[in-house]
Amino acid sequence: MYYRIIAKIGLTISLIVASGAQAAVQVFACEPEWAALAGEIGGDNIVATSATNALQDPHYIQARPSLIARIRKADLLICSGSDLEAGWLPLLLRKGNNPKIQPGKPGYLMASQYVNRLEIPTVLDRAQGDLHAQGNPHIQTDPRNLTIVARVIAQRLQQIDVANAASYQQGLHAFEVKWSKAVAKWQRQAASLRGKKVVLHHKSWVYLNYWLGLVEVATLESKPGVPPSAAHLNELLVQLQATPAALIIRTPYQNARPSDWLSKRTGIPNTALPFTVGGSADANDLYSLFDVTIRILLDKMGPNNE
Amino acid sequence: MKRVHLPFRTLLVLLPVLLVMHTARADENIAVIRAELDALKAQYETRIQGLEQRLNAAEQQLAQKQEQQQERQQDRMPIEPAGADYAPVGNSYAVSGSQYNPAMGIILNGALRAYENDPKEHFIPGFPGGGEAGLADEGLSIGESEFVFTANVDDWFYGRVTAAVEQEDGDFDTSLEEAYLDTLSMPANTTLRFGRFYSSVGYLNDKHSHTWAFADQALPYSAFMGIHYGDDGIQARWLAPTDFYLEVGAEVFRGSNYPAAGDAHNGLGAQSLFVHIGGDVGFSNSWSAGFSWLGADARDRNSGDEDDPLRFDGDSDIYIADFIWKWAPNGNIRDRNLTFQTEYLWRNEHGTYLLPGATASTSANIDSNGWYAQLIYQWKPRWRAGLRIDGLSLDDPGTQFAGTELDSLGDDPLRYALMFDYSHSEFSRIRLQFNRDESGLKSDNQFILQYIMSIGAHGAHQF
Repeated sequence: MYYRIIAKIGLTISLIVASGAQAAVQVFACEPEWAALAGEIGGDNIVATSATNALQDPHYIQARPSLIARIRKADLLICSGSDLEAGWLPLLLRKGNNPKIQPGKPGYLMASQYVNRLEIPTVLDRAQGDLHAQGNPHIQTDPRNLTIVARVIAQRLQQIDVANAASYQQGLHAFEVKWSKAVAKWQRQAASLRGKKVVLHHKSWVYLNYWLGLVEVATLESKPGVPPSAAHLNELLVQLQATPAALIIRTPYQNARPSDWLSKRTGIPNTALPFTVGGSADANDLYSLFDVTIRILLDKMGPNNE
Repeated sequence: MKRVHLPFRTLLVLLPVLLVMHTARADENIAVIRAELDALKAQYETRIQGLEQRLNAAEQQLAQKQEQQQERQQDRMPIEPAGADYAPVGNSYAVSGSQYNPAMGIILNGALRAYENDPKEHFIPGFPGGGEAGLADEGLSIGESEFVFTANVDDWFYGRVTAAVEQEDGDFDTSLEEAYLDTLSMPANTTLRFGRFYSSVGYLNDKHSHTWAFADQALPYSAFMGIHYGDDGIQARWLAPTDFYLEVGAEVFRGSNYPAAGDAHNGLGAQSLFVHIGGDVGFSNSWSAGFSWLGADARDRNSGDEDDPLRFDGDSDIYIADFIWKWAPNGNIRDRNLTFQTEYLWRNEHGTYLLPGATASTSANIDSNGWYAQLIYQWKPRWRAGLRIDGLSLDDPGTQFAGTELDSLGDDPLRYALMFDYSHSEFSRIRLQFNRDESGLKSDNQFILQYIMSIGAHGAHQF
């Protein structure tokens, strides 16, 4: 009788220990797109969560207790980098008591370090707004950047979880094949958008513009990080009445009022694009993120809309 | 074929008939021509239509061909930006040789203060101030300017130095507020901190003045901790392997600053224990709570009147409960957010007091407590409003202290503060604060116009 119970307990303990040994790699992503991308490559071998959701401005996050608890157990940290998370990530790294994800370790991955960054300022002066010394950090709006980051993620996962290295290689290969087809498809669909003039709320879309050949003619923020002011919006109104643009674009977490105001007075349509996974109800993975983005852009300023 | 000969007369007779007939024939011809023309017209129209259709078809084909060509070109468009490989793109680190310099931040903090009463006569009965407690100078003054340097020393240590320049009674005073190292690579979710630092007890204790939501410190911290307790020491923190946040820590300090004094026990004169927990409720709410103990050994601790102070030998035990609740729609603090923050502090001091002018010390066992609660609301980007109520209370210290600075004189110290601040960017803040201060014997109205500016390294978004 006792023997049975002891045997059961022993079995349970050994199962727990065994499952602990094969525990999934914990991925702590600062933004949803990196959690989704890690998921494409890691599949069931990883558990990826994002510190922020699509309705939160990743600049303005506090080092909340829940984030400290989550970063504590991370094996791999994936963030945009380039100072996007400068206000909270350094604090989390010091409070999380986790040596695996400190700078220089395989578990520390700043995605933007691996792609060609746009808008690297030549002069750093906060009178010009909250500039990022290492360039614009919103790299995920160009899907070609994700191909590059995917390779880095696969490489890091292979380093961290050697036992499943082959699986990560397969995951990467499958992703690359599917993704490059998708990118080609989006480029065909969006061919007519080349050269269209757009107004941005914040410089969140410079990589999208670079990819699709959209032309940024103005931003609602007079300087990066400075909320749109009435004076600046009035200047934009005059500018856009003289030389109109095709669309005003913002992220889901940016206040809609400034773009609504300008839209009403200029007749230029305005829209929120999903920006990242979860940014709209139907943008629930990386593929649908770009499907939705291209569809909205074509709806709002495609050839049938002229 | 038989030829028909018609006689001349017959012809004459027939002529008119023939003529008539001829005209009839001509009419018939016109009709025929018309018909033919109509037919032709119809025919041409069909042909033109046909041609038009062919032209359209040809045009469509051409367009299709062009589109296909474009598509083929699109296919040839790179699906990766040119020149990108997956080694770090190193265009940010080649700027200069000064990249190893520590991150440097400077906080400029100054104010214009107006008090109804003379601040030099301000005191809270029963709570002789220690440390830096007391009202700040009236009029224009730069309060406390901080210089912050931070950097990783190597892969094991992170270092931080905070130096402050303050003006006290017209003299500038430079002090090393903090100079500590944190470990980065300790196993089992532990971190050690050593050097000089503010104790992690409570919530407000380790917050620097530029991060406060008000221009002055809450009363219990002013009274019990001398604004905040910092000292030379060592700290160990451990994060529990739980899904929610649970941090446990212990500290040992030299014991030279208020509420400790005199470097008791060979320079190990103060200890603390603390536990902090916290989490999120949905996306929009987050909270933290904590319970802490600080035990400080005081040897010949001076407080109250600077020229003729009270001198205390004994132990000061302080217990702190803290609770913070934050709300922001979807957790996006940029546009709107609300913070509720409250702490309760209990203090027991037992030992002996040497009263001014006395030759023998008087034994004392005094309990007191203090609390504050504050609500800060940011209703739109840049603009915040805040309300704070703070108070103290003191148990009767006994008849032996009647009439001394330890006698509360029946006063119930209480203060109300209302503030508005505007942050043009994340790096600048201008604040207007009004205090209705009933902590002293005489009620006071206080106005403070304050600026806090940060230059250099990006500040941390603390919870």
